[in-house]
Amino acid sequence: MLYREAGQFKTSYSADQGIFPILQDRIGMAIILAVAFVAVPMVASDYFLSTIFIPFLVFSVAAIGLNILTGYCGQLSLGTGGFMACGAYAAYKFATAFPELNIVIVFLLSGGISAAVGVVFGVPSLRIKGFYLAVATLASQFFLIWLFTKVPWFVNYSPSGVISAPPRAVFGWYVTGIEATAEAKYLFCLTFVAVLALVAKNLVRGRIGRAWMAIRDMDIAAEIIGIRPLQTKLLAFAVSSFYCGVAGALWAFIYTSSVEALAFDINRSFQILFMIIIGGLGSILGAFLGAAFIVLLPIFLSAVPQAMGVPVTTSTLAHLEFMIFGGLIVFFLIVEPHGLARLWQLGKEKLRLWPFPH
Amino acid sequence: MNFARIGSALALAAFVAAPFALPTAANAQANEQFIPSLSYRTGPFGPNGTPFADGFLDYFKMINARDGGINGVRITYEECETAYNTDRGVECYERLKAKGPTGATAIVPLSTGITYALIERTAQDKIPMLTSGYGRSDGSDGRVFPWMFTLPATYHSQMDAILQFVKSKEKGSLKGKKISFIYHDSAFGKEPLPVIQRLAKEEGFELSEFPVPNPGVEQKAIWLRIGRQIRPNYVIMWGWGVMNPTAIQEAAAVGFPRDKFIGVWWAGSEQDVTPPGDAAKGYMAANFHGTGKDYKFMRDIEATVIKAGQGTGEARHVGTVLYNRGAINAAMVVEAVRTAQERYGNKPMTGEQVRWGFENLNLSPQRLAAMGFEGFMPPLRTSCADHEGGGVVRIQQWDGKAWNWVSEWIEPNRAALRQGYEASSMQYAREKNITPRDCANQS
Repeated sequence: MLYREAGQFKTSYSADQGIFPILQDRIGMAIILAVAFVAVPMVASDYFLSTIFIPFLVFSVAAIGLNILTGYCGQLSLGTGGFMACGAYAAYKFATAFPELNIVIVFLLSGGISAAVGVVFGVPSLRIKGFYLAVATLASQFFLIWLFTKVPWFVNYSPSGVISAPPRAVFGWYVTGIEATAEAKYLFCLTFVAVLALVAKNLVRGRIGRAWMAIRDMDIAAEIIGIRPLQTKLLAFAVSSFYCGVAGALWAFIYTSSVEALAFDINRSFQILFMIIIGGLGSILGAFLGAAFIVLLPIFLSAVPQAMGVPVTTSTLAHLEFMIFGGLIVFFLIVEPHGLARLWQLGKEKLRLWPFPH
Repeated sequence: MNFARIGSALALAAFVAAPFALPTAANAQANEQFIPSLSYRTGPFGPNGTPFADGFLDYFKMINARDGGINGVRITYEECETAYNTDRGVECYERLKAKGPTGATAIVPLSTGITYALIERTAQDKIPMLTSGYGRSDGSDGRVFPWMFTLPATYHSQMDAILQFVKSKEKGSLKGKKISFIYHDSAFGKEPLPVIQRLAKEEGFELSEFPVPNPGVEQKAIWLRIGRQIRPNYVIMWGWGVMNPTAIQEAAAVGFPRDKFIGVWWAGSEQDVTPPGDAAKGYMAANFHGTGKDYKFMRDIEATVIKAGQGTGEARHVGTVLYNRGAINAAMVVEAVRTAQERYGNKPMTGEQVRWGFENLNLSPQRLAAMGFEGFMPPLRTSCADHEGGGVVRIQQWDGKAWNWVSEWIEPNRAALRQGYEASSMQYAREKNITPRDCANQS
């Protein structure tokens, strides 16, 4: 009843090709943005900002990155952790070597470094496919982590091998370091995420994204209609690694503010792969939903019994959390094998007909 | 929509809203001191984290039961599971930092990774962090790290003490000797590297380093090299969790003598030597406190907590190395609160006041006797500049049933170590734009 596009006429091609062709979607998006930018920092406590919203945003960027590569271009990758580490360490090197450099530029540069590294490790994708490629990308995961623990230059010869973010400000507001407030960090993160998500959405809707999807669906057919696999695949690796690199830099600088290479081990790669599988392959919204599911649900599950006053020991709680979390993953994948994004899409279609389904 | 649906939607809404509706209104004015416990009872390091967490909480329970709290202020606590995971540790810290009438008293992260992640947060939130026997060694420099306390000894001190012990076994000279250093390839394992590298130069021994990837179950190749090729005089290991029993088993497999094998104090618990069985006989490790139950405070814990059925974990852990280490950590927090109360009055202390307590902690022999710690640990005394407190290290050996002392208390060579701390802390201060405190005019 409320969600219906009847009567909304498009009079130009650009209106017809907008990201959100339906008015209600545009309103919804504006509300979400307003809530995220204004209401959340005003209402949420430090705890929610710095341990729930910020990691959610950081993981969303990484998941968008992997979704571009795996969901849109069909190249299975297990190197996400490695590319994130690459971004984190590149950002640290840039920030300490050029203290005057604006932190935004530092992050973009570190994304660029990751993109370059991603292209190098993407080369095997031209010959091998599917699970074999996943194994080949494992090389990047292990090699990069090994590199960052082995070469002391990357950590400015700190004996512990831990990098920690130097204090930096944007427009006079500290966003990293000890003086940065949770609100400033959150808003900085959110701005990055909003811009990067918009860019990603437009990339995948355009010529480049269609080329990626053609490669994903059948690479020989794509080649015959004139899509060059070399450039297309490597571009996907570059863009994906850029996103992962920025996510790694955000992780190291904004979220934990100090990081060792172990934080980006193979488990991180799996975690992000699970995010896009549960959230929905080939969907930007899916990256957000998957990140929310994987990051927020465990915290939520561990907080519920205590908040409701149920006396359980922490170890029982930790095991319960694993069981419920595992059960929910199985449940959601049975209910909707295409991920939470598909569930949302189906919901939207039902909503269009509601309350008269026939 | 029918009623069943509405009902389930409401139930779901209540379920979702529950954790958000919990802020602490009830205990706003309570005479309580809240101490969070970041524990890990699951994950790869769970077997080691469990006895530590039990000892930590049992000590508080004993203080509450025996003395009615710290000068009448009851201790409350809450555990949060980190699984030794840095991001979960940060989440736990943020969740617990503001609970209780005065917020978190002190943070004991029991993980070098979580320690690093919390350095800035604790400074910002004004909560002291106790990293007893782990974490950042240069945190001992209280001028740059006012909120961090490394008492009684750091990894640097410990490495120095272990090498002093080896030197005494080698008739006073390490010249031309071969020492292998096996370490967990993380911030934790790398921390003592500067000290052993410096001493290798100064003492003239040949050092070979072997990083072991997390979690540490793959050491075959390393031990083949050590046992068959290098054949060092001593092996020193910085390990934690499953890495330790694996190393002892591998050492036995290549026939490396276990009585030439010394572990860090995180590699010297019953959990490390029980799985290898007889292979662990003769294995040595450092420690900074006693083991067993033969101390007055342990008898108090037995009488008031364990016998009363209030023990946090399994009774078989009581008196083991890691249980006692949990208790000693808890005791240091309690004594810091007590010291702070001497200055600020017998009421719940804030983080800032407890920080003062930590900085002016004086565990004299009389104080240790009053705590029931006689023979358990040597005296300690902190100051504004020195957050380590001058603790000493002792080497223990496993005889198949129990740990026995094989050295006296070894005093680390602090003058040389202090130089290393200051060089490193000053570099940190430069990177972070911190002006070190002037300790001359601190009260």
